[in-house]
Amino acid sequence: MIYHHLILRVVTKVLVGTIVLFALYVQFHGDFSPGGGFQAGVIMAVAFIIYGIVFGLRNVKRVFPEWLVHKLLALGVLIYAGTGIYSMFMGYDFLDYDALSPAYPTIGQHWGLLIIEFGVGVTVTGVMVAIYYAFAGRPPSISNEDW
Amino acid sequence: MIDTVTNIILLSMLVITALAIVRMDRLFAVVMLSGVFSLLSALLFVTLDAVDVAFTEAAVGAGISTVLLLSTIALTKPVEKRARHTALVPFIVVCVTGAALVYGTLDMPAFGDPNAPALTHVGPEYLARTPVDIDVPNAVTAILGSYRGFDTLGEAAVVFTAGIGVLLLLSGLRRRREDEEEDQA
Repeated sequence: MIYHHLILRVVTKVLVGTIVLFALYVQFHGDFSPGGGFQAGVIMAVAFIIYGIVFGLRNVKRVFPEWLVHKLLALGVLIYAGTGIYSMFMGYDFLDYDALSPAYPTIGQHWGLLIIEFGVGVTVTGVMVAIYYAFAGRPPSISNEDW
Repeated sequence: MIDTVTNIILLSMLVITALAIVRMDRLFAVVMLSGVFSLLSALLFVTLDAVDVAFTEAAVGAGISTVLLLSTIALTKPVEKRARHTALVPFIVVCVTGAALVYGTLDMPAFGDPNAPALTHVGPEYLARTPVDIDVPNAVTAILGSYRGFDTLGEAAVVFTAGIGVLLLLSGLRRRREDEEEDQA
């Protein structure tokens, strides 16, 4: 265990929860305010990355294991494309969200936007965290004093 | 008036940051300054009322890419490699390109011109139809998600492909090296 950087570790513990909460707000409030799946995914990934930087790669991989990240990477695109396939099966055009609620098209559009933004968010979170794991997982070639 | 002053201050700070990046050869400081550069551009986007773009620039440019560049430095070297040839030819190329870009902007409509092609073509149509078709207050989300849903699916696929590419390049090598070590042992 590492016992240095006490302030950083305490501040990080407070911040991570807040960052995740803000990411969820940006994700599901994207219809009403700036933001959406892409921004929310990046912010969500930042929460895990800051945890990884301060507490070490091993600990963050216990919270968010690598196999799960790799599954999420593909799951998001599948959610997005699946919405389009569903609307095709319901007899509408590909990605026509009216299919989600044929009686009230605007409600269907709201649901469609929420679902596809969620898909984008999942993919972006997965990709950003996976890239961070890929970079941080390799043995560094310079020591701490060389920075 | 206040907009002009803000723009002048932000743009001159952008130029100062860019010059500082060029002058420095300590890569840690260069990465930090490029984060500052992204944050300043995000502020410029805010003054242009493009908050969605500013959000992305602040999160990706100042956040994620700073972390990724620092991780890259950790894998390579902390100091810039000295250039062996003179900077004269690159300087001329940059000047010519810059002059061409400035020449290109001469034909552009003035900033905020209501008759600009971007504001007269499909833009008003989207703004008029969003409350009826989609009924969400943020027209950007409506256009990206619904009217241009197919494009956004393509973007998600691009992000996915980029992630897969990095995984193949970096993780695959590591696994192979571990296998080799096991073979030797």
